[in-house]
Amino acid sequence: MLAAEPHTDPQGSRTERLAGSQPEIGLDSLTKRFGDVVAVDDVSLAIGAGEFFSLLGPSGCGKTTTLRMIGGFDLPTSGRIELRGRDVTLDPPDKRPVNMVFQSYALFPHLDVAGNIAFGLKRRGVDGAEIRRRTGEILEKVRLPGYERRRTHELSGGQQQRIALARALVNEPHVLLLDEPLGALDLKLRKNLQLELKRIQKDVGITFVYVTHDQEEALTMSDRIAVMSHGRIEQVGTPEDLYDRPRTPFVADFIGTTNLLSGTVVEVRDGTAIIKLDSGDTCAAGAHECVPGRQVQLSVRPESIRLDRADGTGAGRPTEAAAGLRGAIEQVAYLGSAVQYHVRTEGGQAVSVLASRNGPRFEPGDDVVLAWSPTDALVLGDRPAELEESA
Amino acid sequence: MTEAVAQPDGAVRSTGQRGDRLATGFLVLPGVIWLAILFLAPLVIIGVISVGSLDASGRVTLANPSLANYLEALNPEFLPALGRSLYYAGVTTVLSLGIGYPVAYWISRYGGRRKILLLVLVMLPFWTSYLIRTYAWMIILRDNGVVNSLLRSVGLIDDPIRILNTDISVILGMTYGFLPFAILPLFVSIDRLDFSLVQAARDLYASGRGAFLHVTLPLTMPGIVAAGLLTFIPALGDYVTPDILGGAETTTIANIVQVIFTSGRDWPYGSALGFLLMAVTIAGTLLALRSLRREVVGAPA
Repeated sequence: MLAAEPHTDPQGSRTERLAGSQPEIGLDSLTKRFGDVVAVDDVSLAIGAGEFFSLLGPSGCGKTTTLRMIGGFDLPTSGRIELRGRDVTLDPPDKRPVNMVFQSYALFPHLDVAGNIAFGLKRRGVDGAEIRRRTGEILEKVRLPGYERRRTHELSGGQQQRIALARALVNEPHVLLLDEPLGALDLKLRKNLQLELKRIQKDVGITFVYVTHDQEEALTMSDRIAVMSHGRIEQVGTPEDLYDRPRTPFVADFIGTTNLLSGTVVEVRDGTAIIKLDSGDTCAAGAHECVPGRQVQLSVRPESIRLDRADGTGAGRPTEAAAGLRGAIEQVAYLGSAVQYHVRTEGGQAVSVLASRNGPRFEPGDDVVLAWSPTDALVLGDRPAELEESA
Repeated sequence: MTEAVAQPDGAVRSTGQRGDRLATGFLVLPGVIWLAILFLAPLVIIGVISVGSLDASGRVTLANPSLANYLEALNPEFLPALGRSLYYAGVTTVLSLGIGYPVAYWISRYGGRRKILLLVLVMLPFWTSYLIRTYAWMIILRDNGVVNSLLRSVGLIDDPIRILNTDISVILGMTYGFLPFAILPLFVSIDRLDFSLVQAARDLYASGRGAFLHVTLPLTMPGIVAAGLLTFIPALGDYVTPDILGGAETTTIANIVQVIFTSGRDWPYGSALGFLLMAVTIAGTLLALRSLRREVVGAPA
């Protein structure tokens, strides 16, 4: 699925600007092998101070291993890790100014809440009065004041999660690492805590590196996201970047849902490319990086596609000739706020369309014309970045 | 431990109380009968005999039951033997924990797929009688035994070192014998420890040593106490090892009980002494368990 050519500079120049001159975390060609398996493959990143940065990808993509290497729990096979310019690649976890919120929370069952929160401060020799003051303060911040003497097993999942957060934050680390911290919670609580986490992050101003496989979660909370797959970084960008300008089919497909159409460029004119799909259908797309004869893959979001009746009676508006694909409705699914149509084009290509529930309704078997603005059909290639930057 | 038991128990109560309790009682019955016949009955017999006395022909009689045997058993002459028993059992326990903990830790953390095999290896000596294994130690340790022959043949020593019949040989034999009893409960508690807690400790600025002292050790304390009891109690009552590997200066209280029963043929007196020893052991166990209850958290009574 992936292009063979590696991304030489995955974070791109946009990162450099955001991260400033001295990144909080610098990963340089980080690689981790477990036996024959390459868990993390040549990952380079610069994460800026105060950023909420997410590592997003399916399980086994290397995001957690990357996080664990930053935390010092796994040593990289090769590459470098810098924190505020200091090389910490081989430092043990206790010698790094980072703290971690574990997926299982890893609260100490033999200590109460205060004992858990004080653990790091005690190891660093902070005196008792100061520990009590900071414990009270951090409990306020995670909105569990007065919970000092509680036993951790008496707390709910959400409360345990907050205590795990407090236990890490009370040490005022340069960087907080979070390994799917909301994974064990139910949906509703997760939504609340997403906003809560974001609020706390803004409040304390500490750099968060957040690992998740949930793209919605990453989009909601992150300033920037690195999408990972097979140990490599596919793309780094803001949530908008990733959604609107995915650079690889993987990113387009993983962030939200999309229709991936493969075909060949027929001609380019006025910034629009005419593409002949492998299915035989012809459609229009944005022209960047398009030369006649080139094999390309298109990404068209289901909500960017407009449906009209084939006989032109429906909305009464003629479709843009360049973008029109003829097809028939195969399946209809009512999603509540929207309607999802599964359409089969004349050439046999399956396309998913998301339409407003207030628009015209279609039934299975209806003949339709699919239309989209050429700019909504993204041509995905190896390195469209340069073109994007210069455009 | 308590947690795992408490949950299914709670669930049982919420479903069908009486029927389940009956079924539980039925299932427990064979065990109860077993314990009653093989454990409780001998204990009762010894208890009864301990208040009896010997008649003119040397048979046990209960004609005049009294606590005289107990008063006699509180003989200060036994104190050195009792002291030795406690000393041997204590040192054996400390050594077993000291050797057993790293072994159990290693099997749990690095045993991987061979965990079970390694545990079987730990228990392998049980396939042979303890008595025979102890005699084997005698052959190894005696003046012209394996150890001394070896040392002499390589020229390290000219005259044999006396190992057999000393404190060292007794403690060595006991530690060898009771080590598996320490390793198994230690393994269980270490294996159950969530290793991410240790990582969390390292993350929170604890050194490797600090993480062990503040997290691993307190959380495996139930296993340590269990291992300690399982080593200390049998070691305290062990008379085989000091008898075979020890000499006149290594007589333990268990040896004395044994002698009173066998060559002394005074069962009432021996029973009383045995009961006293048991009282000491039970008191010690209760103390240890109380300290454990303070240690173990997360178990609401």
